[in-house]
Amino acid sequence: MNKKMPILTGRNITVRFGEGCPYCMTHTELEKGRCPFCHTIWAVRDVSFNLYPGEILGIVGESGSGKSTLLKTLYFDVPATAGDVRLTLYHEGKDNILHCSTQNQRYLRNHLMGMVYQNPMLGLRMDLSSGANIAEKLIAAGNRNAGQMMKRCQGLLQHVEIPVERMKDAPKVFSGGMQQRVQISKAIANNPPILFLDEVTTGLDLSVQAKVLDLIRTIQQELGIAMMIVSHDLAVIRMMSDRTMVMLGGRVVEEGLTDQILEDPLHEYTQTLVSSLL
Amino acid sequence: MVKVENLSKEFIMHIRNDAQIEGFEGICLEVEAGTLTAVTGPSGCGKSSLLKCIYRTYTPTGGHVWYTRENGEQTDLATAEPWEIIELRKQEIGYVSQFFSVIPRVSAMDILEQTQTSRGVEEKAAREKAEEYLSCVGISKSLWDMYPATFSGGEKQRLNIANALITKPRFLLLDEPTASLDKVSKEWVMKLILDLKDQGTAMLGVFHDEIAIHTLADQRFEMRERHLVDMDYKMDYASEVLAEAIG
Repeated sequence: MNKKMPILTGRNITVRFGEGCPYCMTHTELEKGRCPFCHTIWAVRDVSFNLYPGEILGIVGESGSGKSTLLKTLYFDVPATAGDVRLTLYHEGKDNILHCSTQNQRYLRNHLMGMVYQNPMLGLRMDLSSGANIAEKLIAAGNRNAGQMMKRCQGLLQHVEIPVERMKDAPKVFSGGMQQRVQISKAIANNPPILFLDEVTTGLDLSVQAKVLDLIRTIQQELGIAMMIVSHDLAVIRMMSDRTMVMLGGRVVEEGLTDQILEDPLHEYTQTLVSSLL
Repeated sequence: MVKVENLSKEFIMHIRNDAQIEGFEGICLEVEAGTLTAVTGPSGCGKSSLLKCIYRTYTPTGGHVWYTRENGEQTDLATAEPWEIIELRKQEIGYVSQFFSVIPRVSAMDILEQTQTSRGVEEKAAREKAEEYLSCVGISKSLWDMYPATFSGGEKQRLNIANALITKPRFLLLDEPTASLDKVSKEWVMKLILDLKDQGTAMLGVFHDEIAIHTLADQRFEMRERHLVDMDYKMDYASEVLAEAIG
Protein backbone atom coordinates (compact mmCIF):
# COMPACT_ATOMS: atom_id res chain seq x y z
CA MET A 1 0.00 0.00 0.00
CA ASN A 2 1.30 3.43 -0.89
CA LYS A 3 2.65 5.47 1.92
CA LYS A 4 0.18 8.16 2.87
CA MET A 5 1.59 11.67 3.17
CA PRO A 6 0.87 13.38 6.49
CA ILE A 7 -0.04 17.06 6.31
CA LEU A 8 1.70 17.77 9.61
CA THR A 9 4.37 15.75 11.35
CA GLY A 10 5.79 16.29 14.81
CA ARG A 11 8.90 14.54 16.07
CA ASN A 12 10.18 14.48 19.65
CA ILE A 13 8.49 17.69 20.68
CA THR A 14 9.52 18.69 24.18
CA VAL A 15 8.38 21.67 26.22
CA ARG A 16 10.17 22.08 29.50
CA PHE A 17 9.71 24.75 32.14
CA GLY A 18 12.98 24.83 34.08
CA GLU A 19 16.55 23.90 33.40
CA GLY A 20 16.35 20.21 34.12
CA CYS A 21 18.90 18.20 36.10
CA PRO A 22 20.83 14.97 35.54
CA TYR A 23 17.98 13.02 37.15
CA CYS A 24 15.08 14.25 35.09
CA MET A 25 17.16 14.35 31.90
CA THR A 26 17.54 10.61 32.11
CA HIS A 27 14.27 9.56 33.78
CA THR A 28 11.34 9.93 31.47
CA GLU A 29 8.58 8.60 33.69
CA LEU A 30 8.10 11.39 36.16
CA GLU A 31 5.02 11.73 38.30
CA LYS A 32 2.89 14.45 36.62
CA GLY A 33 5.90 15.33 34.47
CA ARG A 34 7.55 17.06 37.42
CA CYS A 35 11.11 16.41 38.54
CA PRO A 36 11.24 15.69 42.30
CA PHE A 37 14.75 17.17 42.61
CA CYS A 38 15.00 20.29 40.46
CA HIS A 39 11.21 20.81 40.14
CA THR A 40 11.45 21.24 36.40
CA ILE A 41 8.12 20.69 34.67
CA TRP A 42 8.25 18.55 31.56
CA ALA A 43 4.94 19.73 30.10
CA VAL A 44 5.43 17.87 26.83
CA ARG A 45 8.07 15.20 26.43
CA ASP A 46 9.22 13.49 23.25
CA VAL A 47 5.86 13.64 21.57
CA SER A 48 5.74 12.47 17.95
CA PHE A 49 2.71 12.25 15.72
CA ASN A 50 1.46 12.38 12.15
CA LEU A 51 -1.65 14.28 11.13
CA TYR A 52 -3.12 13.14 7.82
CA PRO A 53 -5.15 15.34 5.47
CA GLY A 54 -8.82 15.57 6.37
CA GLU A 55 -8.66 13.44 9.50
CA ILE A 56 -9.55 14.25 13.09
CA LEU A 57 -6.88 13.33 15.61
CA GLY A 58 -8.10 13.35 19.19
CA ILE A 59 -5.85 13.97 22.18
CA VAL A 60 -7.12 12.91 25.62
CA GLY A 61 -5.57 13.05 29.03
CA GLU A 62 -6.11 14.45 32.49
CA SER A 63 -5.58 18.11 33.36
CA GLY A 64 -1.88 18.88 33.32
CA SER A 65 -1.01 16.03 30.99
CA GLY A 66 0.37 18.48 28.44
CA LYS A 67 -2.27 18.14 25.75
CA SER A 68 -3.11 21.85 25.55
CA THR A 69 0.56 22.80 25.73
CA LEU A 70 1.20 20.54 22.76
CA LEU A 71 -1.42 22.35 20.67
CA LYS A 72 -0.20 25.75 21.81
CA THR A 73 3.33 24.80 20.83
CA LEU A 74 2.16 23.82 17.37
CA TYR A 75 0.37 27.17 17.11
CA PHE A 76 3.49 29.01 18.38
CA ASP A 77 1.81 30.28 21.55
CA VAL A 78 4.27 28.36 23.69
CA PRO A 79 7.87 27.97 22.52
CA ALA A 80 9.13 24.41 22.26
CA THR A 81 12.31 23.40 24.07
CA ALA A 82 13.13 20.87 21.37
CA GLY A 83 11.48 19.07 18.53
CA ASP A 84 10.85 19.03 14.83
CA VAL A 85 7.56 19.96 13.19
CA ARG A 86 7.03 19.91 9.44
CA LEU A 87 4.10 21.11 7.43
CA THR A 88 3.82 19.63 3.96
CA LEU A 89 2.26 22.82 2.59
CA TYR A 90 5.10 24.99 3.89
CA HIS A 91 8.32 24.76 1.84
CA GLU A 92 7.31 21.19 0.99
CA GLY A 93 8.04 20.15 4.53
CA LYS A 94 11.75 20.92 4.26
CA ASP A 95 11.86 23.33 7.20
CA ASN A 96 11.29 22.73 10.87
CA ILE A 97 8.57 25.31 11.54
CA LEU A 98 9.51 25.54 15.21
CA HIS A 99 12.69 27.29 14.03
CA CYS A 100 11.26 29.61 11.40
CA SER A 101 11.16 33.39 11.87
CA THR A 102 8.40 35.16 13.80
CA GLN A 103 7.23 36.61 10.52
CA ASN A 104 6.89 33.19 8.93
CA GLN A 105 5.20 31.85 12.01
CA ARG A 106 2.66 34.64 11.70
CA TYR A 107 2.15 33.68 8.08
CA LEU A 108 1.56 30.06 9.09
CA ARG A 109 -0.90 31.06 11.81
CA ASN A 110 -2.87 33.22 9.42
CA HIS A 111 -2.88 31.06 6.32
CA LEU A 112 -2.35 27.43 7.15
CA MET A 113 -3.61 26.98 10.71
CA GLY A 114 -6.54 27.95 12.84
CA MET A 115 -6.94 27.71 16.59
CA VAL A 116 -10.01 27.60 18.79
CA TYR A 117 -9.25 28.04 22.47
CA GLN A 118 -11.22 26.81 25.45
CA ASN A 119 -11.43 30.39 26.66
CA PRO A 120 -12.90 32.66 23.97
CA MET A 121 -11.04 35.58 25.58
CA LEU A 122 -7.84 34.14 24.12
CA GLY A 123 -9.12 33.87 20.59
CA LEU A 124 -11.37 36.94 20.35
CA ARG A 125 -11.16 40.62 21.13
CA MET A 126 -14.15 40.90 23.36
CA ASP A 127 -14.75 44.64 22.85
CA LEU A 128 -14.61 44.68 19.06
CA SER A 129 -17.60 43.64 16.98
CA SER A 130 -17.83 40.04 15.80
CA GLY A 131 -17.43 41.25 12.25
CA ALA A 132 -14.25 43.11 13.14
CA ASN A 133 -12.91 40.03 14.88
CA ILE A 134 -13.25 37.98 11.73
CA ALA A 135 -12.06 40.83 9.53
CA GLU A 136 -8.90 41.06 11.65
CA LYS A 137 -8.03 37.54 10.57
CA LEU A 138 -8.81 38.31 6.93
CA ILE A 139 -6.70 41.47 7.02
CA ALA A 140 -3.85 39.54 8.60
CA ALA A 141 -3.94 37.28 5.56
CA GLY A 142 -3.54 40.27 3.27
CA ASN A 143 -7.15 40.97 2.38
CA ARG A 144 -7.83 44.70 1.84
CA ASN A 145 -11.15 44.81 0.02
CA ALA A 146 -13.79 45.99 2.51
CA GLY A 147 -16.74 44.80 0.42
CA GLN A 148 -15.30 41.32 -0.01
CA MET A 149 -14.45 41.07 3.66
CA MET A 150 -17.95 42.12 4.64
CA LYS A 151 -19.40 39.41 2.45
CA ARG A 152 -17.00 36.81 3.80
CA CYS A 153 -17.84 37.77 7.41
CA GLN A 154 -21.53 37.42 6.71
CA GLY A 155 -21.01 34.06 5.05
CA LEU A 156 -18.91 32.80 7.94
CA LEU A 157 -21.35 33.95 10.61
CA GLN A 158 -24.22 32.34 8.73
CA HIS A 159 -22.17 29.19 8.53
CA VAL A 160 -21.92 29.05 12.32
CA GLU A 161 -25.58 30.04 12.66
CA ILE A 162 -25.15 33.50 14.10
CA PRO A 163 -27.70 35.96 12.72
CA VAL A 164 -26.01 38.41 10.38
CA GLU A 165 -27.62 41.38 12.13
CA ARG A 166 -25.53 40.57 15.20
CA MET A 167 -22.32 41.09 13.25
CA LYS A 168 -21.93 44.54 14.81
CA ASP A 169 -22.26 43.22 18.35
CA ALA A 170 -19.19 42.51 20.41
CA PRO A 171 -18.59 38.90 21.58
CA LYS A 172 -18.70 40.09 25.19
CA VAL A 173 -22.48 40.40 24.96
CA PHE A 174 -22.82 36.89 23.49
CA SER A 175 -23.49 33.65 25.33
CA GLY A 176 -20.64 31.16 25.80
CA GLY A 177 -21.82 28.96 22.95
CA MET A 178 -22.13 31.92 20.59
CA GLN A 179 -18.67 33.16 21.53
CA GLN A 180 -17.30 29.75 20.72
CA ARG A 181 -19.03 29.79 17.35
CA VAL A 182 -17.62 33.23 16.54
CA GLN A 183 -14.21 31.89 17.50
CA ILE A 184 -14.66 28.95 15.15
CA SER A 185 -15.70 31.19 12.27
CA LYS A 186 -12.66 33.37 12.90
CA ALA A 187 -10.38 30.35 12.98
CA ILE A 188 -11.61 29.07 9.61
CA ALA A 189 -11.84 32.52 7.99
CA ASN A 190 -8.87 31.94 5.73
CA ASN A 191 -9.72 28.31 4.88
CA PRO A 192 -6.77 26.81 6.73
CA PRO A 193 -6.05 23.14 6.00
CA ILE A 194 -5.36 22.54 9.70
CA LEU A 195 -7.47 23.46 12.71
CA PHE A 196 -6.53 23.04 16.37
CA LEU A 197 -9.34 22.80 18.90
CA ASP A 198 -8.47 23.07 22.58
CA GLU A 199 -11.27 21.89 24.90
CA VAL A 200 -13.76 23.90 22.87
CA THR A 201 -16.87 22.57 24.57
CA THR A 202 -15.62 22.42 28.15
CA GLY A 203 -17.78 24.58 30.37
CA LEU A 204 -20.70 24.79 27.96
CA ASP A 205 -24.00 23.20 28.91
CA LEU A 206 -24.94 19.92 27.22
CA SER A 207 -27.26 21.14 24.49
CA VAL A 208 -24.84 23.90 23.52
CA GLN A 209 -21.96 21.42 23.56
CA ALA A 210 -23.88 19.24 21.14
CA LYS A 211 -24.51 22.19 18.86
CA VAL A 212 -20.88 23.27 18.78
CA LEU A 213 -19.68 19.71 18.16
CA ASP A 214 -22.23 19.21 15.37
CA LEU A 215 -21.01 22.45 13.83
CA ILE A 216 -17.38 21.33 13.96
CA ARG A 217 -18.29 18.00 12.40
CA THR A 218 -20.23 19.67 9.59
CA ILE A 219 -17.36 22.04 8.89
CA GLN A 220 -14.96 19.13 8.83
CA GLN A 221 -17.11 17.20 6.37
CA GLU A 222 -17.71 20.18 4.11
CA LEU A 223 -14.22 21.63 4.06
CA GLY A 224 -12.14 18.52 4.74
CA ILE A 225 -9.97 20.33 7.29
CA ALA A 226 -7.52 18.17 9.25
CA MET A 227 -8.17 18.72 12.94
CA MET A 228 -6.44 18.07 16.22
CA ILE A 229 -8.98 18.03 19.01
CA VAL A 230 -7.89 18.19 22.63
CA SER A 231 -10.43 17.11 25.20
CA HIS A 232 -10.53 15.43 28.55
CA ASP A 233 -14.01 14.20 27.64
CA LEU A 234 -13.98 10.74 26.08
CA ALA A 235 -17.51 11.23 24.77
CA VAL A 236 -16.28 14.14 22.65
CA ILE A 237 -13.36 12.10 21.39
CA ARG A 238 -15.60 9.12 20.58
CA MET A 239 -17.96 11.27 18.59
CA MET A 240 -15.37 13.32 16.75
CA SER A 241 -12.05 11.62 16.15
CA ASP A 242 -10.80 8.86 13.85
CA ARG A 243 -7.57 8.32 15.76
CA THR A 244 -6.67 9.17 19.33
CA MET A 245 -3.52 9.82 21.34
CA VAL A 246 -3.58 9.41 25.11
CA MET A 247 -1.28 11.70 27.10
CA LEU A 248 -0.06 11.34 30.66
CA GLY A 249 2.59 13.41 32.40
CA GLY A 250 3.61 15.09 29.13
CA ARG A 251 4.11 11.84 27.23
CA VAL A 252 1.97 9.93 24.76
CA VAL A 253 1.28 6.60 26.45
CA GLU A 254 -0.99 5.09 23.84
CA GLU A 255 -2.28 5.89 20.39
CA GLY A 256 -4.48 4.13 17.91
CA LEU A 257 -7.90 3.93 16.32
CA THR A 258 -10.46 5.65 18.53
CA ASP A 259 -12.64 2.54 18.78
CA GLN A 260 -9.59 0.51 19.79
CA ILE A 261 -8.59 3.03 22.48
CA LEU A 262 -12.11 2.91 23.90
CA GLU A 263 -12.83 -0.81 23.60
CA ASP A 264 -9.41 -2.38 23.99
CA PRO A 265 -7.21 0.08 25.91
CA LEU A 266 -3.78 -1.43 26.39
CA HIS A 267 -2.01 1.00 28.71
CA GLU A 268 -2.81 1.04 32.39
CA TYR A 269 -3.71 4.73 32.38
CA THR A 270 -6.00 4.37 29.36
CA GLN A 271 -7.77 1.48 31.09
CA THR A 272 -8.36 3.66 34.14
CA LEU A 273 -9.56 6.49 31.94
CA VAL A 274 -11.99 4.33 29.97
CA SER A 275 -13.28 2.63 33.10
CA SER A 276 -14.09 6.08 34.51
CA LEU A 277 -16.43 6.74 31.60
CA LEU A 278 -19.87 7.38 32.99
CA MET B 1 -9.20 -13.07 -0.15
CA VAL B 2 -8.78 -13.18 3.63
CA LYS B 3 -6.37 -15.52 5.35
CA VAL B 4 -6.21 -15.58 9.14
CA GLU B 5 -3.01 -17.16 10.47
CA ASN B 6 -2.47 -18.13 14.09
CA LEU B 7 -4.39 -15.14 15.36
CA SER B 8 -4.45 -14.79 19.12
CA LYS B 9 -5.74 -12.33 21.67
CA GLU B 10 -5.10 -11.98 25.35
CA PHE B 11 -6.39 -9.14 27.50
CA ILE B 12 -4.32 -7.76 30.36
CA MET B 13 -6.34 -5.79 32.88
CA HIS B 14 -3.79 -3.51 34.51
CA ILE B 15 -6.37 -1.99 36.77
CA ARG B 16 -7.42 -5.41 38.09
CA ASN B 17 -4.00 -6.51 39.33
CA ASP B 18 -2.76 -7.23 35.82
CA ALA B 19 -5.25 -10.06 35.47
CA GLN B 20 -4.84 -11.98 32.23
CA ILE B 21 -7.93 -12.94 30.33
CA GLU B 22 -7.47 -15.28 27.43
CA GLY B 23 -9.51 -14.47 24.37
CA PHE B 24 -8.50 -17.09 21.80
CA GLU B 25 -5.36 -18.48 20.22
CA GLY B 26 -4.08 -20.19 17.10
CA ILE B 27 -7.04 -19.21 14.95
CA CYS B 28 -6.53 -20.10 11.27
CA LEU B 29 -9.16 -19.74 8.60
CA GLU B 30 -9.65 -18.54 5.05
CA VAL B 31 -12.53 -16.70 3.48
CA GLU B 32 -12.92 -16.65 -0.29
CA ALA B 33 -14.70 -13.99 -2.32
CA GLY B 34 -18.41 -14.69 -2.68
CA THR B 35 -18.59 -17.05 0.31
CA LEU B 36 -19.76 -16.80 3.88
CA THR B 37 -17.95 -18.43 6.76
CA ALA B 38 -19.97 -18.88 9.92
CA VAL B 39 -18.45 -19.08 13.39
CA THR B 40 -20.58 -20.57 16.14
CA GLY B 41 -20.00 -21.42 19.76
CA PRO B 42 -21.23 -20.72 23.27
CA SER B 43 -21.35 -17.09 24.35
CA GLY B 44 -18.16 -15.78 25.90
CA CYS B 45 -15.96 -18.13 23.89
CA GLY B 46 -14.38 -15.28 21.93
CA LYS B 47 -16.34 -15.16 18.69
CA SER B 48 -17.00 -11.43 18.78
CA SER B 49 -13.44 -10.80 19.94
CA LEU B 50 -12.25 -12.62 16.84
CA LEU B 51 -14.28 -10.33 14.58
CA LYS B 52 -13.15 -7.27 16.51
CA CYS B 53 -9.51 -8.31 16.18
CA ILE B 54 -9.91 -8.64 12.43
CA TYR B 55 -11.66 -5.24 12.24
CA ARG B 56 -8.97 -3.94 14.62
CA THR B 57 -11.32 -2.59 17.25
CA TYR B 58 -9.17 -4.93 19.33
CA THR B 59 -5.43 -5.16 18.87
CA PRO B 60 -4.47 -8.80 18.23
CA THR B 61 -1.73 -10.16 20.52
CA GLY B 62 -0.21 -12.31 17.78
CA GLY B 63 -0.72 -13.73 14.31
CA HIS B 64 -1.69 -12.29 10.95
CA VAL B 65 -4.76 -11.40 8.96
CA TRP B 66 -3.73 -11.29 5.31
CA TYR B 67 -6.21 -9.30 3.29
CA THR B 68 -5.99 -8.96 -0.49
CA ARG B 69 -7.08 -5.51 -1.52
CA GLU B 70 -9.06 -4.63 -4.59
CA ASN B 71 -5.84 -3.57 -6.32
CA GLY B 72 -4.28 -6.96 -5.56
CA GLU B 73 -1.94 -5.81 -2.78
CA GLN B 74 -1.78 -7.76 0.44
CA THR B 75 -2.12 -6.03 3.79
CA ASP B 76 -1.74 -7.61 7.21
CA LEU B 77 -4.75 -6.21 9.05
CA ALA B 78 -3.27 -7.38 12.36
CA THR B 79 -0.32 -5.00 12.10
CA ALA B 80 -1.40 -2.32 9.59
CA GLU B 81 -1.08 1.32 10.61
CA PRO B 82 -4.28 2.90 11.99
CA TRP B 83 -4.62 5.25 8.98
CA GLU B 84 -4.45 2.24 6.67
CA ILE B 85 -7.24 0.56 8.64
CA ILE B 86 -9.29 3.76 8.47
CA GLU B 87 -8.92 3.81 4.67
CA LEU B 88 -9.81 0.15 4.33
CA ARG B 89 -12.86 0.61 6.54
CA LYS B 90 -13.91 3.52 4.36
CA GLN B 91 -13.38 1.72 1.09
CA GLU B 92 -13.50 -2.05 1.43
CA ILE B 93 -14.24 -3.55 4.83
CA GLY B 94 -17.61 -3.43 6.53
CA TYR B 95 -18.69 -4.48 9.99
CA VAL B 96 -22.14 -5.11 11.41
CA SER B 97 -21.82 -4.84 15.15
CA GLN B 98 -23.97 -6.60 17.67
CA PHE B 99 -24.96 -3.31 19.24
CA PHE B 100 -25.43 -0.33 17.02
CA SER B 101 -23.73 2.80 18.21
CA VAL B 102 -25.03 5.74 16.23
CA ILE B 103 -23.73 9.19 15.65
CA PRO B 104 -26.02 11.37 17.75
CA ARG B 105 -28.37 13.89 16.13
CA VAL B 106 -28.08 12.56 12.60
CA SER B 107 -31.24 11.17 11.01
CA ALA B 108 -31.46 7.62 9.64
CA MET B 109 -31.58 8.96 6.10
CA ASP B 110 -28.57 11.21 6.64
CA ILE B 111 -26.54 8.38 8.14
CA LEU B 112 -27.02 6.25 5.05
CA GLU B 113 -26.39 9.23 2.79
CA GLN B 114 -23.22 10.28 4.56
CA THR B 115 -21.86 6.75 4.52
CA GLN B 116 -22.05 6.89 0.74
CA THR B 117 -21.04 10.50 0.11
CA SER B 118 -17.91 10.04 2.21
CA ARG B 119 -16.96 7.45 -0.40
CA GLY B 120 -17.55 9.82 -3.26
CA VAL B 121 -21.11 8.86 -4.26
CA GLU B 122 -23.09 11.81 -5.58
CA GLU B 123 -25.71 13.26 -3.25
CA LYS B 124 -28.72 12.53 -5.41
CA ALA B 125 -27.72 8.95 -6.15
CA ALA B 126 -26.89 8.46 -2.48
CA ARG B 127 -30.32 9.62 -1.45
CA GLU B 128 -32.10 7.32 -3.87
CA LYS B 129 -30.07 4.36 -2.73
CA ALA B 130 -30.65 5.26 0.92
CA GLU B 131 -34.39 5.25 0.27
CA GLU B 132 -34.12 1.90 -1.48
CA TYR B 133 -32.22 0.31 1.42
CA LEU B 134 -34.43 1.81 4.12
CA SER B 135 -37.52 0.32 2.51
CA CYS B 136 -35.62 -2.88 1.82
CA VAL B 137 -34.96 -3.52 5.52
CA GLY B 138 -38.49 -2.41 6.34
CA ILE B 139 -37.99 0.83 8.21
CA SER B 140 -41.21 2.78 7.94
CA LYS B 141 -41.09 5.99 6.00
CA SER B 142 -42.17 8.10 8.95
CA LEU B 143 -38.88 7.23 10.69
CA TRP B 144 -36.52 8.13 7.88
CA ASP B 145 -35.91 11.65 9.12
CA MET B 146 -35.83 10.71 12.81
CA TYR B 147 -32.80 10.16 15.00
CA PRO B 148 -32.02 6.44 15.36
CA ALA B 149 -31.39 6.92 19.09
CA THR B 150 -35.18 6.86 19.40
CA PHE B 151 -35.60 3.65 17.37
CA SER B 152 -36.51 0.25 18.76
CA GLY B 153 -33.78 -2.39 19.06
CA GLY B 154 -34.84 -4.18 15.89
CA GLU B 155 -35.08 -0.98 13.87
CA LYS B 156 -31.63 0.07 15.01
CA GLN B 157 -30.24 -3.29 14.01
CA ARG B 158 -31.87 -3.14 10.58
CA LEU B 159 -30.50 0.37 10.02
CA ASN B 160 -27.12 -0.88 11.16
CA ILE B 161 -27.22 -3.63 8.56
CA ALA B 162 -28.45 -1.32 5.81
CA ASN B 163 -25.62 1.06 6.68
CA ALA B 164 -23.01 -1.68 6.40
CA LEU B 165 -24.38 -3.20 3.20
CA ILE B 166 -25.18 -0.04 1.28
CA THR B 167 -21.58 0.52 0.23
CA LYS B 168 -21.23 -3.07 -0.96
CA PRO B 169 -18.02 -3.82 0.96
CA ARG B 170 -15.60 -6.38 -0.47
CA PHE B 171 -15.15 -7.98 2.94
CA LEU B 172 -17.90 -7.94 5.54
CA LEU B 173 -17.79 -8.93 9.20
CA LEU B 174 -21.16 -9.79 10.71
CA ASP B 175 -21.70 -10.11 14.45
CA GLU B 176 -25.04 -11.85 14.91
CA PRO B 177 -26.77 -9.78 12.24
CA THR B 178 -30.07 -11.61 12.56
CA ALA B 179 -30.31 -11.63 16.35
CA SER B 180 -33.12 -9.49 17.77
CA LEU B 181 -34.99 -9.45 14.47
CA ASP B 182 -38.48 -10.78 13.82
CA LYS B 183 -39.08 -13.42 11.16
CA VAL B 184 -39.95 -11.03 8.35
CA SER B 185 -37.02 -8.65 8.84
CA LYS B 186 -34.74 -11.64 9.28
CA GLU B 187 -35.74 -12.78 5.81
CA TRP B 188 -35.11 -9.31 4.37
CA VAL B 189 -31.71 -9.19 5.93
CA MET B 190 -30.81 -12.68 4.76
CA LYS B 191 -31.83 -11.76 1.24
CA LEU B 192 -29.60 -8.68 1.33
CA ILE B 193 -26.70 -10.79 2.56
CA LEU B 194 -27.26 -13.40 -0.16
CA ASP B 195 -27.39 -10.69 -2.85
CA LEU B 196 -24.14 -9.28 -1.59
CA LYS B 197 -22.56 -12.72 -1.56
CA ASP B 198 -23.61 -13.23 -5.17
CA GLN B 199 -21.84 -10.00 -5.99
CA GLY B 200 -18.60 -11.40 -4.65
CA THR B 201 -18.33 -10.11 -1.10
CA ALA B 202 -16.31 -12.28 1.28
CA MET B 203 -18.08 -12.61 4.62
CA LEU B 204 -17.21 -13.83 8.08
CA GLY B 205 -20.01 -13.93 10.57
CA VAL B 206 -20.93 -15.00 14.07
CA PHE B 207 -24.28 -16.77 14.16
CA HIS B 208 -26.48 -18.56 16.64
CA ASP B 209 -29.44 -19.00 14.38
CA GLU B 210 -29.39 -22.42 12.66
CA ILE B 211 -31.74 -21.33 9.88
CA ALA B 212 -29.52 -18.38 9.02
CA ILE B 213 -26.47 -20.66 8.98
CA HIS B 214 -28.13 -23.15 6.66
CA THR B 215 -29.32 -20.45 4.30
CA LEU B 216 -26.17 -18.37 4.23
CA ALA B 217 -23.04 -20.27 5.17
CA ASP B 218 -20.65 -22.08 2.86
CA GLN B 219 -18.26 -23.06 5.61
CA ARG B 220 -18.72 -23.42 9.33
CA PHE B 221 -16.46 -23.42 12.36
CA GLU B 222 -17.16 -23.94 16.01
CA MET B 223 -15.13 -22.17 18.67
CA ARG B 224 -14.15 -24.55 21.48
CA GLU B 225 -11.78 -23.75 24.30
CA ARG B 226 -10.39 -20.75 22.48
CA HIS B 227 -9.66 -22.73 19.28
CA LEU B 228 -11.56 -23.22 16.09
CA VAL B 229 -12.73 -26.65 15.06
CA ASP B 230 -14.74 -27.37 11.95
CA MET B 231 -18.15 -28.89 12.28
CA ASP B 232 -17.40 -32.56 11.60
CA TYR B 233 -14.72 -32.41 14.23
CA LYS B 234 -17.20 -30.92 16.57
CA MET B 235 -19.36 -34.00 16.26
CA ASP B 236 -16.37 -36.15 17.17
CA TYR B 237 -15.61 -33.81 20.01
CA ALA B 238 -19.15 -34.11 21.29
CA SER B 239 -19.03 -37.88 21.20
CA GLU B 240 -15.64 -37.81 22.93
CA VAL B 241 -17.04 -35.68 25.72
CA LEU B 242 -20.04 -37.93 25.89
CA ALA B 243 -17.85 -41.02 26.01
CA GLU B 244 -15.78 -39.50 28.82
CA ALA B 245 -18.89 -38.55 30.74
CA ILE B 246 -20.30 -42.02 30.44
CA GLY B 247 -16.88 -43.33 31.41
